[in-house]
Amino acid sequence: MLALLVILPLIAFIAILAGAPARKSAVAAGLANLALGLWAAATWENSDHWSISLPVLEKPALHLAFAFTDGMSVIMVLLSVLVTLAALLSGKAPEGRETLYYGSSLLISAGAIGAFAATDLFFFYAFHELALIPTFVMIGLLGRGDRRDAAWKITLYLGFGSIILLAGLVWLANLAGTFDIPTMVRAAQEGSLSIDPATQKSIAALLIVGFGVLVSLFPFHSWAAPAYASAPAPTAMLHAGVLKKFGLYGLLRVALPILPDGMNAWLIPLLVLLVGNILWVGLVTISQKRLDLMLGNSSVMHMGYIFLAIAALASATATGQSNPLAQPAAVLLMFAHGISIAMLFGLADRIERNTGTLELSDLGGLAKSAPGLAFLFGMVAMASIGLPGLANFAGEVLVFLSAFKNYDPAAGLAPVQVAGILAIWGVVISAVYMLRAYRRVFHGPSVPSTENASDLSFADRLPVLLLAVPLLVVGIYPNLLLSLLK
Amino acid sequence: MPAYYLEALTVFLGLVLLMVEAFGPRDSKKSVGILAVVGLILILIATFFAYGPEAKPDSAWAKWSLWNFYNFDGLARFYKGFALVCTILVVLMSLDYRSILARFTDDPESENGTGEYYALPVFACAGMMWMASAKDLAGAFVALELVTITFYILVAYLRRNVGSLEAGVKYLILGALSTGFLVYGIAWIYGATGTMNLAEIGQSLSLVTFEGNVGTHAIPSATAGLADGAVVSLDTTSLLFGIALVLIALGFKVGAVPMQAWIPDVYQGAPTPTTAFLSVGSKAAGFILLIRFLNPLLQAGSPVAPQVLSMLGLIAGATLIFGNLAAIGQSNFKRLLAYSSIAHAGFLILALAVWKPANESGLGSVQTVSFYLATYLLMTLASFFVVAQVRIQDGSEEIAALNGLSKRNPILATALTLIMAALAGVPLTAGFMGKFFVFSLAVEAKLWWGLALAVVGAAAGFYYYFKVIRAIWWEAPAASATPISLPPVTRGSLVILTLAIVVLGVWPQPILWLLN
Repeated sequence: MLALLVILPLIAFIAILAGAPARKSAVAAGLANLALGLWAAATWENSDHWSISLPVLEKPALHLAFAFTDGMSVIMVLLSVLVTLAALLSGKAPEGRETLYYGSSLLISAGAIGAFAATDLFFFYAFHELALIPTFVMIGLLGRGDRRDAAWKITLYLGFGSIILLAGLVWLANLAGTFDIPTMVRAAQEGSLSIDPATQKSIAALLIVGFGVLVSLFPFHSWAAPAYASAPAPTAMLHAGVLKKFGLYGLLRVALPILPDGMNAWLIPLLVLLVGNILWVGLVTISQKRLDLMLGNSSVMHMGYIFLAIAALASATATGQSNPLAQPAAVLLMFAHGISIAMLFGLADRIERNTGTLELSDLGGLAKSAPGLAFLFGMVAMASIGLPGLANFAGEVLVFLSAFKNYDPAAGLAPVQVAGILAIWGVVISAVYMLRAYRRVFHGPSVPSTENASDLSFADRLPVLLLAVPLLVVGIYPNLLLSLLK
Repeated sequence: MPAYYLEALTVFLGLVLLMVEAFGPRDSKKSVGILAVVGLILILIATFFAYGPEAKPDSAWAKWSLWNFYNFDGLARFYKGFALVCTILVVLMSLDYRSILARFTDDPESENGTGEYYALPVFACAGMMWMASAKDLAGAFVALELVTITFYILVAYLRRNVGSLEAGVKYLILGALSTGFLVYGIAWIYGATGTMNLAEIGQSLSLVTFEGNVGTHAIPSATAGLADGAVVSLDTTSLLFGIALVLIALGFKVGAVPMQAWIPDVYQGAPTPTTAFLSVGSKAAGFILLIRFLNPLLQAGSPVAPQVLSMLGLIAGATLIFGNLAAIGQSNFKRLLAYSSIAHAGFLILALAVWKPANESGLGSVQTVSFYLATYLLMTLASFFVVAQVRIQDGSEEIAALNGLSKRNPILATALTLIMAALAGVPLTAGFMGKFFVFSLAVEAKLWWGLALAVVGAAAGFYYYFKVIRAIWWEAPAASATPISLPPVTRGSLVILTLAIVVLGVWPQPILWLLN
């Protein structure tokens, strides 16, 4: 059944290539996947018909295997299907390029779902790569502004990152003697797979840099903002919202459980880098003069919080303490950030289509002509800042709590806690740039570009609501997701 | 059917083709090409029914001394099939390339004088098939020369085209040089071990006991011409010198440093089907010979194994660096593929430099190389099909000629994107599996510098192969560009090759079945 989630978008992709109506087929696949995803979230624990495993190679044993290893995969798959449908509904393909536009979005979605659902290390990696190619093509072909430079930059960065990652994963699989991730994790926890600390440290370095490039960890982040600013809306939504989470998911799924000592050995550098994400990129975000570049930078910045949860988990596991908050915090924030950034990119695309610009200096007073747009944008901007009642707040609070989970007053502040204190300033930074942008776009006197701008139609609101509802529901009742992680 | 029939039939097919060329119609040589393809397909089928002397030890032919020069095992069958598939595709490519071939003859209007172009690859194929069965350095040398001499003609085939002539001269001079290395190396090896038979070289190496550099061993009674128990000394210095010379000579065939310098110019100048044949068939034949040659030298307990492995490591590292870094700056598509072929040779030799036998956990070096070559055949021949068509229809082989291909022929653009992604090693394409196995071997052998170079090489590969994808999708087509339409043969071959690239990327097992 789980394989269906991957296959449906691929079938729709082939159907579109063969000449089926692009938008309709894509939306149909998106809807079917959403239904399947919700059904999976409800039933995955009690039935084993979600998993599948097909051998594709005897020696070394490789399996095309999908399964929900734990609630984390379920939540990531849920995030993928939600954002996919919203992205398919909200974008508008340029004349004559519908095939490419919807086909690529479907491929990105299939790749992301495949990566989150795969239990075989090989296909875990491979599906993510599958999603990258259409991302590059979409940005380079249908993007805006400096699309060629942006596309070339993201291609090179993510290509190099993937290869470094591959080296680390191959090394790991070689030591483990299997490609099955659950088997590997079990062996590591039971002690039958013990990797000496020096080797752990080397592999962890490869994984941190490899996954880190994919998640735009400071200082490997400079591809992200221009790429998202240039990308067509669905590509930005899918990549920033879903695909980018692959790197974090990988660290949580593979690196932390199998290489606790290796991850802990890099704790201090990781903390420095994630504070760089939050503070340095945060300040860069404040200085942006275009809404899309600002959103792109903000998405880089927010990755720092999730890295903080990962660092808290690494330091706890390696020292034998437990930190039951860290993983739920990271997963919840990944979900919330994925939904909110996708919504922000979707709405920014609407603003550009309705007013013709995203320069903050050319905008103003949009709330008068487009109140619905202003309300929804305001809501997601608040979510992104971390206002209570919206999903991001629950995630961020848990992250900070997890950083202080093992605080020992006698020993003073541990490095994780120092980073946590610095990271809290990020909330202030987020408030500054989000509120400033909101004021510049929606308040003040109307300017020519916004005077006659149209508001969101019902059809336009549909994809936004699709994202806004989970944001609100999870914000009010985070246990809905957290209970999946038990 | 005894295995040597395969080579005999191939040579016979070549002779028939020459007859058809001489007595068939003057102005169209299409029939020669079609006959070649049909004949080769029949021989390919026969490959599956061929057997060696073990199958019928009592028959008269099984006792021939031929079997001292020729062996037939799973590997030989695989590489014979490989040579045949490659030749079939090359002849198919030549069929669509007829118009360019005819342009450089006395009478550009007719195809008169282009018929041998279909017969020569068949002879080269026979040589490659024999190389797959090599058991003796003398026999291997003869087979290798059959291939090389045929290529001298094929490379310079467009003899009224300066580029092709230049390529021909360069190939001839460096080919002759490498032949010199090979013969000289074989002589040293013969001098050191007293035999040219690879199995006997292995046997004598396993019997040696050492004092310093000079080892001695008792000659087994089976060796003709020597008294039982006679003691012969074995000087590893001279043996290693011979091995080094042979490695350099084989480096010429496979396109490895230090004999890689000819590749870009020759690939660029030679007619495209010849380039494809050189890049796939000739390289694969070089590798199977290399495998046969290394087998006795690297067997367990061989006294020269460490030195040979470091030689291979050196070659692999230099080839990886040279091929990948030099490819970055290329703007001509054929030259790009030339450097890419050097880069791939680097990955392949890296797999050999690990020299791991197959075991429970994974593939051995030999299987990895064979697998990699099979995927390399698909990707490279598919690229050359595209190069040939762009040359025919646009008259250019620059990457810039592919600008805006997505608008001129979307299906071809999609196929070429897949092919380039496969060459770069993007997962879920056949090209990734090969690189993946090489990475795994390097990790398993703890060959960290090799892994590091492979990572750098693969990353550089991302850059230069994606340059092509960038041209296809992001650049605007030239103002004069017209839609590209593919002739049926090219279209069919491209569809099959591209599908195979995708299917084998997800399900690589079939190639390994063929290997076992």
